[in-house]
Amino acid sequence: MATKTGSGLEYKGVASISGPIIVVENVQGVGYDELVSVKTQHGETRLGKVIQVTQKAVIVQVFEGTTGLSPSDTRTRFLGHSLEVPVSTEMLGRVMNSFGEPIDGHPRFFTEEKRDVNGYPLNPVAREYPKEFIQTGISAIDGLCSLVRGQKLPVFSGPGLAHNELAAQIVRQAQIRGGGEDFNIVFIAMGLEHDDAAFFQKSFEETGAIKNVAMFLNLADDPPVERIITPRTGLTLAEFLAFDQDRHVLVVMTDMTNYCEALREVSASMEEVPSRKGYPGYMYSDLASLYERAGRIHGKKGSITQMPILTMPNDDITHPIPDLTGYITEGQIVLSRSLEKQSIYPPIYISTSLSRLMKDGIGKDSTREDHANVASQLYSAYAQYNSVKSLVTIIGEEGLGQRDKEYLRFGEAFEKTLINQGKNENRTIEQTLSIAWDALSLLPDEELTSIKPEYIKKYYPKFASEVK
Amino acid sequence: MPVKGRVIRVAGPVVEASGMAQAVMHEMVEVGNDRLIGEIIRLDGEQATIQVYQNTSGLKLDEPVLGTGSPLSVELAPGIVGNVFDGIQRPLEELKILTGAFIKHAAGVTSLSRTKKWTFVPTAKVGAKLVGGDILGTVQETALFEHRVLVPVNVQGKLLKIVPKGDYTIIETIATLEVNGAKVDLPMLQRWPVREPRPHTKRLFATSPLITGQRVIDTFFPVAKGGSASIPGPFGSGKTVTQQQLAKWSDANIIIYVGCGERGNEMVDVLDSFPQLMDPTTGHPLMERTVLVANTSNMPVSAREASIYTGITLAEYFRDMGYAVALMADSTSRWAEALREVSGRLEEMPAEEGFPSYLPSRLAEFYERTGVVETLGSDKRIGSICAIGAVSPPGGDFSEPVTQHTKRFTRVFWALDAELAAARHYPSINWMASYSGYIQDLAEWWHKNVDKNWNSYREEAMRILQTEDDLKNIVKLVGPEALPDKQRLVLETARIIRIAFLQQNALDAIDTYSSPQKQFKMLKIIVDYHRLADNVVSKGAPIFKVTELPITEEIMRMKTAIPNDKVDLLDDLEKRMYESFGMLEATLR
Ligand SMILES: Nc1ncnc2c1ncn2[C@@H]1O[C@H](COP(=O)(O)OP(=O)(O)O)[C@@H](O)[C@H]1O
Ligand SMILES: [Mg+2]
Repeated sequence: MATKTGSGLEYKGVASISGPIIVVENVQGVGYDELVSVKTQHGETRLGKVIQVTQKAVIVQVFEGTTGLSPSDTRTRFLGHSLEVPVSTEMLGRVMNSFGEPIDGHPRFFTEEKRDVNGYPLNPVAREYPKEFIQTGISAIDGLCSLVRGQKLPVFSGPGLAHNELAAQIVRQAQIRGGGEDFNIVFIAMGLEHDDAAFFQKSFEETGAIKNVAMFLNLADDPPVERIITPRTGLTLAEFLAFDQDRHVLVVMTDMTNYCEALREVSASMEEVPSRKGYPGYMYSDLASLYERAGRIHGKKGSITQMPILTMPNDDITHPIPDLTGYITEGQIVLSRSLEKQSIYPPIYISTSLSRLMKDGIGKDSTREDHANVASQLYSAYAQYNSVKSLVTIIGEEGLGQRDKEYLRFGEAFEKTLINQGKNENRTIEQTLSIAWDALSLLPDEELTSIKPEYIKKYYPKFASEVK
Repeated sequence: MPVKGRVIRVAGPVVEASGMAQAVMHEMVEVGNDRLIGEIIRLDGEQATIQVYQNTSGLKLDEPVLGTGSPLSVELAPGIVGNVFDGIQRPLEELKILTGAFIKHAAGVTSLSRTKKWTFVPTAKVGAKLVGGDILGTVQETALFEHRVLVPVNVQGKLLKIVPKGDYTIIETIATLEVNGAKVDLPMLQRWPVREPRPHTKRLFATSPLITGQRVIDTFFPVAKGGSASIPGPFGSGKTVTQQQLAKWSDANIIIYVGCGERGNEMVDVLDSFPQLMDPTTGHPLMERTVLVANTSNMPVSAREASIYTGITLAEYFRDMGYAVALMADSTSRWAEALREVSGRLEEMPAEEGFPSYLPSRLAEFYERTGVVETLGSDKRIGSICAIGAVSPPGGDFSEPVTQHTKRFTRVFWALDAELAAARHYPSINWMASYSGYIQDLAEWWHKNVDKNWNSYREEAMRILQTEDDLKNIVKLVGPEALPDKQRLVLETARIIRIAFLQQNALDAIDTYSSPQKQFKMLKIIVDYHRLADNVVSKGAPIFKVTELPITEEIMRMKTAIPNDKVDLLDDLEKRMYESFGMLEATLR
């Protein structure tokens, strides 16, 4: 029973409803992935998309969920195109829902364009390799897992760890060395608690950054399926700002764990064959379709830097959510409960943390000549410290040799002075490197085999002061 | 008359069509009004199931499905080397010109240029009886690569005509053969179905190493030209860097690098760095012997599955010219996952972890296409394909199906280790868990070309590492100080092997590549160091007297201090080492 209305046909009644999925029969001319408007018997309109077309029926996934839909009274209209969302520079300073509609009580944007929410895959040959060092003012990141413009670098956290504070501090402090324009921030909340959302909003307001922030909110009590759209809407704006408006955009996406759970829920309701822990087999590709939207393009001024945040269930880094993320992103910053317990902020555990794009972003022309050597020496010395520390728990410090004792002193100083810093402390890279050399000076210079002899002469405190 | 059917179901990359009774399995089809490229993967009566290699958004029921009459194939001719293709051999630079930075739909793109002219030099003589695989002539495709234009596989006959040296496009006729009384015009361009291995005359044994310049690989776990290796490891353990190192430094004639479902920026890294890096022997950019197949994780999943076959078919084509080809596939897990995704949409019975039951046979078929062969053609050329597949096990757990099955079908296993990577021990190849099945086959090459004691030195070094591994458990309980000096020396030497030999920094200008000579000399120095130290410790020298010898720190730094063209300096170092120990020994008496 079809009646023609507006741009598409409207159908009354659906054959079945299950989870976020509805099945509509006897429909013609519908395309795969097409946007669907679903009207409840009370006149409320929801959006969905076609996820399968067969001769018998069309299967539709409803983003806002199917609660309250009745099989006989639901009306569906097929809109002839895939989901499009508004993009506009006026979205900066504003708060939007998952579909880019303002929800802050202010009027809609004067000028806006509509863009396909999925974007298009960036051609690898059109990419420009990200190289510009971003100084976050956080020693553990700048010194050991440097972030560059156009990188996707997630924070792997656990419930209750300081990831929100860390993300807010990075947003406040991130800058290109020697100035350069400020970042535009796209903040994407997925299933976030109200308190956490308020924390970010307050933090942006305090620093005056809020006029450069576009917030897309899907909160804990919003429909889970909608979470699948929220990051795409935000990233569509990010692409517009970066590649049409020449802006440098930093995208914060939190919490990816909620996003993946929504994905699992949809998959389960479609009775798909699950992969590990019930997550769908295509979760890798799905996450890649978000994370790979970061980057730089040849001949364009702007860039998209992504910082996704996720909470590892059970603090387990092998859980599919951090695992698949780590397989796609260009490194990860891992927070540790044990450092947090020792009141170290930010509790960044550098051994499992990594920045894959660090190599081209640091060095003589961007940070300092000794940076790469120092970082690799710190990594191996810290690994040595950790193995000595576990030995100490069994045989006590007395059983250690001289060299191991030195590593113990080094590691303690490293955690307390380099990793640990204030929530408002903004260190330059020079300060970070100088703290690093102070920690390394607790080891004899012959141990520093990752560092070129010329840098040891120049920077190792004992020799450096002799030079002066 | 090609088949014409219509769409009856769309589920992501899987499309069903009816009216396909005349179609054949694996036929390439064009789907919908946009003529998306697809391949038939199931036939059931007049219904076909099609895997579509491009985005199916907007595809509707009843849109047409056209057969092409041929299976999914690659184009073979000059123009491949130095190029970047997607999983179904669409040239990405061309696509960029047509649709901009983002890949959108573009019809009518050919894999290889039809207008570019190549200088063809004929070598076959008119009147000669030619068979498939014989060389018609050559094209100097890049400074590093001579393209040999071959008579197609199933063609044989008398050469009636061949063009003189000159510039030709790949579709112009360059030779005419008389085949069973008929005249057959041959252009340079040929096609080959990707899922069908190209034939050869016979298989040969692999006897020469693929020299990679990576010490832990060449010295401890070598792979042969024509061999196969797998490199499994969790994220961040160094699969990609290792694969890129092999692509840069291996002594193969041609490198096929398949980026299968991985990061876009890693492809850019290759594209930016390879044209800058010079081949050590010829001084030409490495890109001139490299082909990239890039189907990154944001590109269509089904083309990811095809990319592996596209890569290996190109490799076979170059092998058939008589070259040593090395193929890197990063990551084969993404290929297996693409198989799983399509299988799921076909509602097939899943086997282990949702993978289809034919996963092991697909993996076997792929690695079966490696090897050293005598090629077709009357001059009995020898060509080889070595394939190195990265594996990305979920959670780093090697018991999962892709790692396990790949292990069965490859002879070298480089097990990357999260703990080593966390300690920044790169390449994080775990020396206890890795193995190579080629050591005996390749020892002769090393003994002849480098040093007759190669195998005994590497075995000695392995023994030291093995002993360290055994001692580790005791050390955990009592600490190293409680061990007798002889055992502590083993720990010290093992530490030197680990830091000064096994660890190799891909980012260091000198350390990134070690010649076979440098590798052997370094190994010999460390093993001799151990023997000398063991001798003085037996004679009562305390262990710290050994470790504080300045020569120890020098050995620790030799990998970055001594470049490949100055390996003589290692002989000096060795001499000074003997002197140092001699002096130490003298103080003991
Ligand atoms: N041989 C090496 N030398 C120096 N750094 C390395 C080496 N191998 C790996 N790395 C470091 O490890 C990081 C991760 O390596 P990568 O190959 O990308 O891991 P995977 O592909 O296994 O995820 C690199 O970005 C680099 O920093
Ligand atoms: Mg990788």
